[in-house]
Amino acid sequence: MREITESTIQAVEAKARSMRRHIISMLGAAGSGHSGGSLSAADIVACLYFWEMNVDPLQPHMPGRDRFVLSKGHAAPVLYAALAEKGYFPIAELETLRKLGSPLQGHPDMRKLAGVEASSGSLGQGISWAVGMALAEKMDEASDYRIYALLGDGEIEEGLVWEALMAAAHYKLDNLTAFLDHNQLQIDGPISEVMSPEPVADKFRAFGWETLVIDGHDPGQIMQALEVARNTKGKPTAIIADTVKGKGCSFMENKAEWHGTAPNREQTSQALQELESPITKA
Amino acid sequence: MEKQATRDAYGKALVELGHRYQDVVVLDADLSKSTKTAEFAQTFPRRFINAGIAEQNMMGMAAGLAASGKIAFASSFAIFAAGRAFEIVRNSLAYANLSVKICATHAGLTVGEDGGSHQSVEDIAIMRCIPNMTVVVPADGTTTRKAVEAVYHRPGPVYLRLGRPAVPVLYDDSMDFQIGKGVELRQGRDATLIGCGIMVAKCLEAADRLQAEGIQVSVVDMHTVKPLDRELIELKARETGAILTVEEHSILGGLGGAVCEAVCELFPVPVVRMGINDLFGQSGTPDELLEYYGLSVAGIVANTHRLLSKK
Repeated sequence: MREITESTIQAVEAKARSMRRHIISMLGAAGSGHSGGSLSAADIVACLYFWEMNVDPLQPHMPGRDRFVLSKGHAAPVLYAALAEKGYFPIAELETLRKLGSPLQGHPDMRKLAGVEASSGSLGQGISWAVGMALAEKMDEASDYRIYALLGDGEIEEGLVWEALMAAAHYKLDNLTAFLDHNQLQIDGPISEVMSPEPVADKFRAFGWETLVIDGHDPGQIMQALEVARNTKGKPTAIIADTVKGKGCSFMENKAEWHGTAPNREQTSQALQELESPITKA
Repeated sequence: MEKQATRDAYGKALVELGHRYQDVVVLDADLSKSTKTAEFAQTFPRRFINAGIAEQNMMGMAAGLAASGKIAFASSFAIFAAGRAFEIVRNSLAYANLSVKICATHAGLTVGEDGGSHQSVEDIAIMRCIPNMTVVVPADGTTTRKAVEAVYHRPGPVYLRLGRPAVPVLYDDSMDFQIGKGVELRQGRDATLIGCGIMVAKCLEAADRLQAEGIQVSVVDMHTVKPLDRELIELKARETGAILTVEEHSILGGLGGAVCEAVCELFPVPVVRMGINDLFGQSGTPDELLEYYGLSVAGIVANTHRLLSKK
């Protein structure tokens, strides 16, 4: 699975497309939730679950599994879409998103849904968990697994993120890879206007991380970056993924107002129509 | 009387625990010499994580360690563990119901000279209202040692509140420590003094003085503030008809608040709460501060008289 070939890339692209359709459907059914940041992260999460990570939906608590922490937990739909596609639970259950009694909580809840590794979503906390998980892996000499985290670019305005980044480099956690979903938008507008964290790559480097900047919608680049991360020793790797908020849905793309909004019935069917045909590369 | 600070007992108990259980890991935030986790750090360097001066990340990392199967003990001063890191404790530890044991030292006024900014007088209240959280406030070194073992075995997050100064050792090794079970140290029919932490020893001393005046009081060491021993509280309310609560904490929301909640629902009797009267602390020696804020043996005796006048 881990070769980078035209066919593995196409397989991941197909999964990402299915995941985007699931995201639209479940948000449409829920009537609320975070569309833009779920869609922007779909290609990254698809690469992780369908190319990179050693996980088994039949053994969700397998000790040697790789771990993924969705630090930007409001993008829960992208995680649920990946878990359902992977076979952790039936795809039909996605329609219960955000409903009373559903394991698909508004933000991920590890106690309600197998496959969720961290109850994240209060921003900044997931990366801190991921650092703790990477420390635990290092402590156990027999273990050999990797930890992945996905941060939002608005999320990194939280001070806790930088405490965690500092600790990861200090403890030389080369088993940890963090993606930054760099879609440039947060609830109140462009990150550059609300509270600019730029230059983000320089900041990650200054905090001691091996830092790569890639196109976060190009599975081939994502896979290559994951290879670099795997081969980097003595420090954690940050993959700054340039993305488009709302990617794949024309009327959502690059619009901050789609951060925390779900599509209505008409918008849902329009989005699903757009996602029926293969996404053409720009 | 032999004296030991509960933080010293904690440091020693952690090392014993580390020898017995390989899954124990300890985190600190640049205060290991003060919280007494330093000995664990020296004995088990691979299982010790210094977070630096970053209590929020300490709690977050503890969550990740616990989610990976470790039993994490995370220490700092109470003001930072319960205060600075509150929302991480709430969301990363308690909401996820992870086995992280927050062992917070330097609680209350007896931090002393560092002053009000560092004297946590709200932590019991803050921690008590978080779902899944257990709150234990040991009175002495023996209780602390037993509590460390007990909280290791208890699933989920725990807040263990420890102090800076040396306090009398009240129990020998035969003490039966059970989370959620108060200990009745003395029996008397006129009133019940319910204390926690370092105030238990002062309650016992006050009971002696009251006895000399012909007043017989019960003394309960309520080492677990949550889950609260409601049965024992109801029993003492019925038996003695008056309750005095004594804690090195605000009178709002701590032991006194918890006892009042139980008493008014189960068997209403007069209650007087002793603690810090909705004030911040200040610099001074621990003894001076306890005296200044009324948390003295004389204060307990006077308040018992006030309580008895309400019966």
